Amino acid sequence: MRRTAECPSCGAPVQFAWSGAVQTACPYCHSILVRHDVNLEKVGITADLPPDASPIQLFTEGVFDNRRFTVIGRIRYEWEQGGWNEWHLLFQDQTSGWLSDAQAEYAISFLVAPPAPLPPPDQLAPGQLLQISGAPFYVTHLTRVRYVGFEGELPFTTADRSEFLTADLRTFDARFATIDYSEQPPLLFAGRFVEFDELRLANLREFEGW
Amino acid sequence: MVTQNRVPAPRPLSCPNCGGRIELRGFAHTRTAVCIQCCTVLDTSTPELRILQRFDEAMRVRPLIPLGTRGTLQGKKWEVIGFQVRAIRVDGVPYSWHEYLLFNPYAGFRYLTHYDGHWNFVSTVRALPAFTSFRGRKAAVLEGRTYRHFQTATATTTFVMGEFPWAVRVGETVTAEDYIAPPWILSSESDGKEINWSRGIYLTGAEIWKAFSLPGSPPQAQGVYANQPNPYADGMRRAWRTFAVLALLWVAALAAHWALSSNRELFRGSYHFAANTPGEHSLVTNVFTVPGDGNVEVQIRTDLDNNWAYFHLALLAEDGSRGFDFGREVSYYHGRDSDGSWSEGRRSAAATLARVPAGRYYLRIEPEMDAQASFGSPAGMSMNYEIIVRHDTPRPWLFLLALPLLLIPAVVRSFKAIGMETARWSESDYGTSVGISGDEE
Repeated sequence: MRRTAECPSCGAPVQFAWSGAVQTACPYCHSILVRHDVNLEKVGITADLPPDASPIQLFTEGVFDNRRFTVIGRIRYEWEQGGWNEWHLLFQDQTSGWLSDAQAEYAISFLVAPPAPLPPPDQLAPGQLLQISGAPFYVTHLTRVRYVGFEGELPFTTADRSEFLTADLRTFDARFATIDYSEQPPLLFAGRFVEFDELRLANLREFEGW
Repeated sequence: MVTQNRVPAPRPLSCPNCGGRIELRGFAHTRTAVCIQCCTVLDTSTPELRILQRFDEAMRVRPLIPLGTRGTLQGKKWEVIGFQVRAIRVDGVPYSWHEYLLFNPYAGFRYLTHYDGHWNFVSTVRALPAFTSFRGRKAAVLEGRTYRHFQTATATTTFVMGEFPWAVRVGETVTAEDYIAPPWILSSESDGKEINWSRGIYLTGAEIWKAFSLPGSPPQAQGVYANQPNPYADGMRRAWRTFAVLALLWVAALAAHWALSSNRELFRGSYHFAANTPGEHSLVTNVFTVPGDGNVEVQIRTDLDNNWAYFHLALLAEDGSRGFDFGREVSYYHGRDSDGSWSEGRRSAAATLARVPAGRYYLRIEPEMDAQASFGSPAGMSMNYEIIVRHDTPRPWLFLLALPLLLIPAVVRSFKAIGMETARWSESDYGTSVGISGDEE
């Protein structure tokens, strides 16, 4: 079921797949639109995303833990050694999650409430142990992340995301978590690494020659 | 919409150094490409193709699987898009191996390593390995499997070709550690800042040749590779299982033999012998019946004490149709010296006649003792003795002979399996074949 609003900039109909979406882009005039209750506010113009080689695109569908999802948005980030996508997923039950895709290594995560206040970034170092929902997570990387662009629907605005720090954590059983320091208090995303085949993805991009 | 539904094949680049054509296969993942003509390493993430490095063409190595070759491994299609040669030094001797970068636009990147005819299909590991020890040596546990530490070395990239999703350079070094659980190998690479883990599974050249439909035949595998499966290990396990089954049968057969032997006493008689008694020293026993074909055991029990005797014996058929001549020495000595008390020999002896036909028999017995000693001693040499004749006694010696024969296949296979493990570990940090320890750290 899709809701439709009018683009405040060009008047074109803007559809929402998810009632919780906070930011989207007008597919016609590329305005960045932030939703306030029923009104849309134009806060800028989307920048072109650099070409990337992800097989995933908006409206790609898949299955995670027996729950169907649709890709409804994407944020592109860069760090010193390359870029990656965070695909915003809308599950059947209207909850949202993330599929991260870094050079075709995939992980699914969800925003979770931290069990305890998360340490500030200057108190984190690789190798450090944090207990998250009863499991030991070890800090593996601290990464300075640069926001590149977005498309589709997001659960937050990208206004404060130009550059921020993230901490990646892993476990002995291929689970992972990310602490996102773009907000205060920081956000915690937790999930696990997945194999491409496991997600049974449909509506993928095609690659010439493949 | 920024994304295209169909991703066009990457356009070839023109080398800013030599103008040569550089094929691209990794789509937008590629961050480094190497000009195949002039060995210039280019940064493809910059529009002007910044030159990262030029290296000596003389270093050129031909990959056995050409760039652009596609093959199917573990049910997925992969294209070779990059190739590098890396080397370690052990005791000053350089060892180099080849690494192929494989790409599938959906499943991402894998690696194929090749050393001396041994191949590994390698994937990145997402879970954290836990460290432990195994038989006193370093080990790592990943997803329930224990990997034993094999080698730590400094690996240097000596040649690159093709394209990579990260920045590669010739001369780059990492600290590489290998842990093995054949056919698996768990490896870490550390540049001092971060550690990356990967896991490989051993493949033969034949499997690679088939997967990539390569012409000719793969290079022969030399020696034993770190995570090469031990083909004798299964044979060894099977042989020991077979042995266990046979040993159980052996015990059962022995027990049955024991139970089925009647071990019946046919005759018993007690006698006294004195060497100084003049005249004939031989005697004959009463006649007894051997009830069926089978063995007959004659037991001699004496009261000899620091002395010896020899018994000439003959089992004779009453009707004179046949006879069995045999003899037994009995000697028993004991005493005490600086080492304590000692004894040698036994007071009794036995002789078994393997096949005696049923019938009526008697024994002729002729004991003999030391004649010289008999003359020297006032009382002369004498002893009491008892003769017991039994029929169908258990004979376990055949079984005892069979047991080591049953062991032979298991022992042979174990030697082969252990031999292979010895060859494997001789190449490790724990090897004995390497004279001087050459840790380069």
